[in-house]
Amino acid sequence: MKRVYVNEKWCLGCHLCEYNCAFANSGESDMAKALRKKAIRPNIRIEEDGDINFAVSCRHCKDPICVKSCITGALSIEDGAVKVDHDKCVGCLTCVLVCPYGCIREGESGAVQKCELCLNNSCGEPACVKGCPNRAIVFEER
Amino acid sequence: MKNYVIIGNGAAAVGAIEGIRSVDKDGGITVVSEEKHHVYSRPLISYLLEGKTDETKMLYRPADFYEKNGAEVLFGEKAVKIDPEAKKVTLESGKELCYDSLCIATGSSPFVPPIEGLETVKNRRSFMTLDDAEALESALTPEYSVLIIGAGLIGLKCAEGILNRCKKITVCDLAPRVLSSILDSDCAAIMQAHLEKLGIEFLLDDTAVKFEENRAVMKSGKVVDFDFLVTAVGVRANSSLIKDCGGEVDRGIVVDERMATSIKDIFAAGDCSETTDITSGIKKVMAIMPLAYIGGHCAGVNMAGGEETLCNALPMNSIGFAGLHCMSAGSYEGELYEEKTEGGVKRLYTENNLLKGFMIIGDIDRAGIYTALIRNKTPLDSLNFELLKKSPSLAPFGREYRVEKLGGEV
Repeated sequence: MKRVYVNEKWCLGCHLCEYNCAFANSGESDMAKALRKKAIRPNIRIEEDGDINFAVSCRHCKDPICVKSCITGALSIEDGAVKVDHDKCVGCLTCVLVCPYGCIREGESGAVQKCELCLNNSCGEPACVKGCPNRAIVFEER
Repeated sequence: MKNYVIIGNGAAAVGAIEGIRSVDKDGGITVVSEEKHHVYSRPLISYLLEGKTDETKMLYRPADFYEKNGAEVLFGEKAVKIDPEAKKVTLESGKELCYDSLCIATGSSPFVPPIEGLETVKNRRSFMTLDDAEALESALTPEYSVLIIGAGLIGLKCAEGILNRCKKITVCDLAPRVLSSILDSDCAAIMQAHLEKLGIEFLLDDTAVKFEENRAVMKSGKVVDFDFLVTAVGVRANSSLIKDCGGEVDRGIVVDERMATSIKDIFAAGDCSETTDITSGIKKVMAIMPLAYIGGHCAGVNMAGGEETLCNALPMNSIGFAGLHCMSAGSYEGELYEEKTEGGVKRLYTENNLLKGFMIIGDIDRAGIYTALIRNKTPLDSLNFELLKKSPSLAPFGREYRVEKLGGEV
């Protein structure tokens, strides 16, 4: 299946992916309206150390420990992608406790939030990939 | 065609069903469920009382789960005897089930402490099942004072769940601190202060020694009047089915890495069984839901003739009360690294070049990176631990690791 892959050699550390992610998942049609004066909570995050920058988002693991550990059944695998049912999730954060990549985070609604490859929002393809100016993030089969 | 029988209908049973079906699509699966409910998430009963979930949302698997997996569930039936020679399970109703492979997923039961006069308390309940939650929901009134015996995970979650349904909550515990199974005294003090702010009162290092109907006399001599009593002092593994037919049982059913019991073709998983904690090397009952599912899945795969082992189990917990989160994992042994944060704390324990355990209150973001270090027994000198201990991220792991994890399928 197609996943989001990152090549840190090309990452400029510009954080555009974070803004595009937050916008794509905001439900708003206007970027300025969606992000203005707000602390964004993207599902992809740039990590930095000295000269190194790279983006990290859900790996959609083949055998995801978050899904196995979810106490509510809110996390499930659909066509290979790990999805969260925001209605079922009570925000116990057991998934945050087990994700080896730090890719699930507490959401604002009480449920957790994570990358769902933009399959459930109006973007239709990963917004982080679409907006990456240096092709450091790609969406492909590997 | 093989015949699988699973006794129990919780997370371990679901794991077993999904494990069996990952190998064998055709065999018959029969589930014996004492509770008359579709599989639901037990830890959610406090959220149900709080109004944060409902009986439909708290189903652990969708309504068509059994049907889709070709499993027949016998609701309201209780297994009373196993005959390992004849490979047969007898139910309380007299019905008999033959099996080729059997999984014990009977979970645990609340331990009700033998306290003088307890039988005189009419309004009394444990806090474990959906029926318990419903009983509390219909019994409580805004005028009630509730006494909870036990300041562990179950007792405190109960307290949070009923906070807006009664007038007063007092929690007592023989231990000198709250959450004594997962937190040390400093961390427990932070959580206690937070819970007290919510209006919960504590009587610690103290417990009820005598009851007279709606009055508890404490070890300290204090007297607590209450309208409803919740007993939440702990749970015991439901292991008698295996013990009675000659299988090896310690505090829980003894299983190997394949989740096989000492009796041929009988497996066990979940709260009724013992697993080795990799951080201490000790076999113990770790009554946590992720492990119940993972152990059940492992049992299921092996029942169906596949190969799976469970050899990276560790105790861990994620629990939050009104916005303050607390996470813990592993053992609290070795050298301590501590960092105080705003309103919280982080404590990491390292020994012999390994991370052994942690407690975090407050900023729990990306804590799973620490958990994975423990689970994978990653040598700390293979990464920049000085950086990692300050903030969990993938930066301290080195480029090779990141190329593998972020540039390929995992």
